[in-house]
Parts: sequence; C-alpha cells; structure tokens
Amino acid sequence: MKLLTFIGCGLAYAAIFSLNAQDNLTQSIERGKELYMESCVTCHLANGQGLKGTFPPLAKSDFLLKYPEKSIHSIKFGMNGKVVVNGVTYNNAMPPSGFADDEIADVMNYIRNSFGNKNMQLVTEKMVAAVKEK
Amino acid sequence: MKSQFSMIKQSFKFFLLPVALLASGLLMSHCNISSNDGELSEKNLKSETIVTGLTMPWAMAFLPDGRVLVTERGGKLRIVKGGTLDPQEITGIPKVYYRGQGGLLDVVLHPNYKENGWIYISYSSPKQEGEAGDDNGANTALMRAKLDGHQLTNIEHLYKASPNVKGGVHFGGKILFDNKGYVFLSLGERGQKENSQNLSKAQGKMVRLHEDGKIPNDNPFVKTKDALPEIWSYGHRNPQGLVMHPTTGTIWAHEHGPQGGDELNIVEKGKNYGWPLITYGIDYDNSIISDKTEAPGMEQPVIYWKPSIAPCGMTFVNSPKFKEWNGDLLVGSLKFMNLEHLTIKGNKVVKKEVIFDKIGRVRDVKQGPDGNIYVVVENTGSIVKISPKA
Repeated sequence: MKLLTFIGCGLAYAAIFSLNAQDNLTQSIERGKELYMESCVTCHLANGQGLKGTFPPLAKSDFLLKYPEKSIHSIKFGMNGKVVVNGVTYNNAMPPSGFADDEIADVMNYIRNSFGNKNMQLVTEKMVAAVKEK
Repeated sequence: MKSQFSMIKQSFKFFLLPVALLASGLLMSHCNISSNDGELSEKNLKSETIVTGLTMPWAMAFLPDGRVLVTERGGKLRIVKGGTLDPQEITGIPKVYYRGQGGLLDVVLHPNYKENGWIYISYSSPKQEGEAGDDNGANTALMRAKLDGHQLTNIEHLYKASPNVKGGVHFGGKILFDNKGYVFLSLGERGQKENSQNLSKAQGKMVRLHEDGKIPNDNPFVKTKDALPEIWSYGHRNPQGLVMHPTTGTIWAHEHGPQGGDELNIVEKGKNYGWPLITYGIDYDNSIISDKTEAPGMEQPVIYWKPSIAPCGMTFVNSPKFKEWNGDLLVGSLKFMNLEHLTIKGNKVVKKEVIFDKIGRVRDVKQGPDGNIYVVVENTGSIVKISPKA
C-alpha cells in the first residue's frame, strides 16, 4: 500500500510537473510570438519562410534546429556574413535584437514551435544568459 | 548542290557565326563606348572603405575641420579623424532606448555650424516621468548640443514625439534643415499604423520646428482642434530618408512600407500621404492592409518599390565630380545591401539602377564637402567613399 501511494504520488507529481513545463512552454511561445511580430517578421515573414537568397527561412530550418546556441547568439549579438540554411547560401546581416535574455528565450521557443517546427524542450533565460559573444 | 549548301551551313556554324558574333560584339562595345560619352556609371566609379571598427553606425555628419561625427545605434557618438576612429567616445548622449530599430539615430550640423556650433541629434528616448504613453515605452526625440573636445555641452532637449510606445519598430528619426531656418524631423508610427492618420498623436508624421525647438505659428495644423501644432505632414509609416532638392528646395522623403509598399514622396505642407488607408503593399503576414492604392485627398508617391528594398539614407547628388548625376537621388537599401541611383526629371523618377551591389546594409548616404559620396554601412561597421576613377 505504501509503495502504491508512493508510486501514485510520484506519478501525480510527474504529471503536474510535466503539465507545468508544458504550460511554461505555451506561455513562452505566446510571448515570443508577440516579439517575433514586432521585430523579426519583416525579414523572416509571418510564415517563417524568409526570402530565398536574401533572408534565410526559420521554417524547417536545419540551422535553427541543429544549432540552438548559434541561433541564440544571432538574436543576441546579430549575425554577419555567409551562412548555409537548407542548402542555400545566404550572405546578409542581421542586427542584434536588443531583447533581454528572457525575451530571447521566448522568441526561441516561438520559432522552434512554429512554421511546422516542433521542439518541446524549453529554452530558458539561463540558457540564453550562458551564450556569450564570440 | 545539297552538299554545297550544307557546307555553307557548316562553315557558317564554325566560321561565319563566330565572326558575326565577334563583329557584332565589337560593334556593340563601340556603341557602348560612344553611348557612355557623357554618361556616368558604376564602371567609372571606385569604392574604398575609409573607416572600419564602428558598431552599428547609423548616420554621419562632416565637421568643417575635416573630422566626421558618426552615431552608433547602441548609444555612442564617435569621431573619425583622418580615416581613423577615435577610440574615445563623446560624452553627453542621453540614455537611448536600444531595442529593435531604436537607439541613437541621426546627427546633422546646423547650416551655420561654423558660427554657432550647434549639432542636432535624434534618438529613441525612453519614457520619462510625466510623459504620456506606455510604461517602458519610447519615442523619437530631438536634441542639440555643442562639441567641446570629447564632450557635448549646452545640451538642449528640443522635442519629443508623443506618446511613448512599447516596442522596437518605426522610429523614423531623420533630421533636415531647409533653407528657411526650419528643422524637420521624420517620425515613424511606432507599429501603430492607425495613428498615422490621427493628428493628436505624433506617430507617422513629419514635424517642423524652429531651430530652437519652438513651433512655427504658420505650421498647417496650428489652428486645428486637437491636432498637434508641430505636424507638417501625416500618413507616413517609417520615413528614414529626408533630403532637400539642391536647386528647387522641395523636400523628398522615402519611407519603409509594408511588403512591396516602400515609397518615395515629395513632402508638402499639410498633406496626407495615406498610410494605412492607401498603400501599394501588403502586410508581412500577407494580409491586406487596404484594398485602395489611391484616394481623394491623399498623395501618391513619386515611386513605390515592389519588392521592398528597405530604404535608409538618401542624398541628392550636387557635385562637380558626378556632373551627369547632378539632381539625381542615391538611396540606400538595407534589404538588398546596395545603392539605387534614381534619375530625376522634374518631379519624376525616369530611371532606376542598382549600383555597388553587396556594399552592405546601408544606413546613411551623404555627399561630402569634397564632392564625393560617403556611405555608412551598418553590418561592416564602416564608411565607404565613392569617387570617380582617376
């Protein structure tokens, strides 16, 4: 009986914890969308398709999905020069967003879970703070 | 007979055709040479990077002693002397709202700078106590000051656009002196497009002030109920190119539009430039902003850009070094990282050509006191000089 209670409590705890985590992600995505519509949409567009040859896509972007740290770095500090996304070379520049670390986390969560992208793993403010200028 | 014919055909293929091509090629190149007499093009120009090391430069101003003032959007005013960036920044710049497109913006000298020493600076100003609008918001402000060594002195805050708005888009920020003693400042709509049509808010407007910041009493809406008296024209989106024609004195401005809706306008007293009631563009989520491109009482642009180029910076050419281009416009493009040369006849653009493709994200284009063209490039942190090849 004790064991059952223990397992039961554990399951309930895990369920609440994961629900909470999902809730955090959902809320972060919502906040991120607002920021995206403010600052990112003019180049990457509302559907995350970008402009082939000029502005790289975020939708199904191998760069975004493979290199979250590099993506955080580019939102935080800007990006300059050649980058290959989904086999297409882009040679443009992105200015730094001026967003705070928690806002960058929100934008990351939004773009990793939009335009057909899916990634349940939450990007946190702490993870963004850990990315230093290179 | 048949074989003879095919031989001719053969020889045409292998001999005559190349000769014909060569001949026409020579002819064409001759034509080019002759048609280029008196026609200036990128081929006759060279570009040199004269300064590097700037961090997101936005605008420049040429001091009479040969030094150049440069704003960095992050909030620093810098000096370039003899092609070298002075490591010591200028103090006295107020705190700027550095977010999205905001920050330290334009720098322009008073036309009589030599006598009075006034430097005019625009920037995204965070909300101050007692100001209207969103907490943690901002809007564009204009100040003037004098330079003493590496210090701004006699700082005067001349104007702040109202209300403060949260969010990092559409600050406008271009400063222009006309030749009648007035100063103009372009203001973006801060992402609230409907307010471009609202005369009680300074968003999406051109404002006109006396050089000390006082509002001229002949501004068009001084007597209009609930209208802000500083407004000169309205219905703008995000104007970041503002120049005066060197001979006619008319004011030309370009503005960032929605997708496919960037515009070049001739700005006149009291006029409505239509945003967002009329536009040639669509929104960034492909939604329709307006099904109208024209309407009575609203001005048509001189041209619009489809696709958008994200225009920033602009100059009229008025230089003995670019004689054939005098009276034409050079416009910077952030998006395609090039310059556009617009041939102007009267109030029309008769030709558009891209020059210096891939120069970088152009923030400012100015003609220097030496008659050469200077370009501020954001992403390379540099100033590029464009001059005729010797």
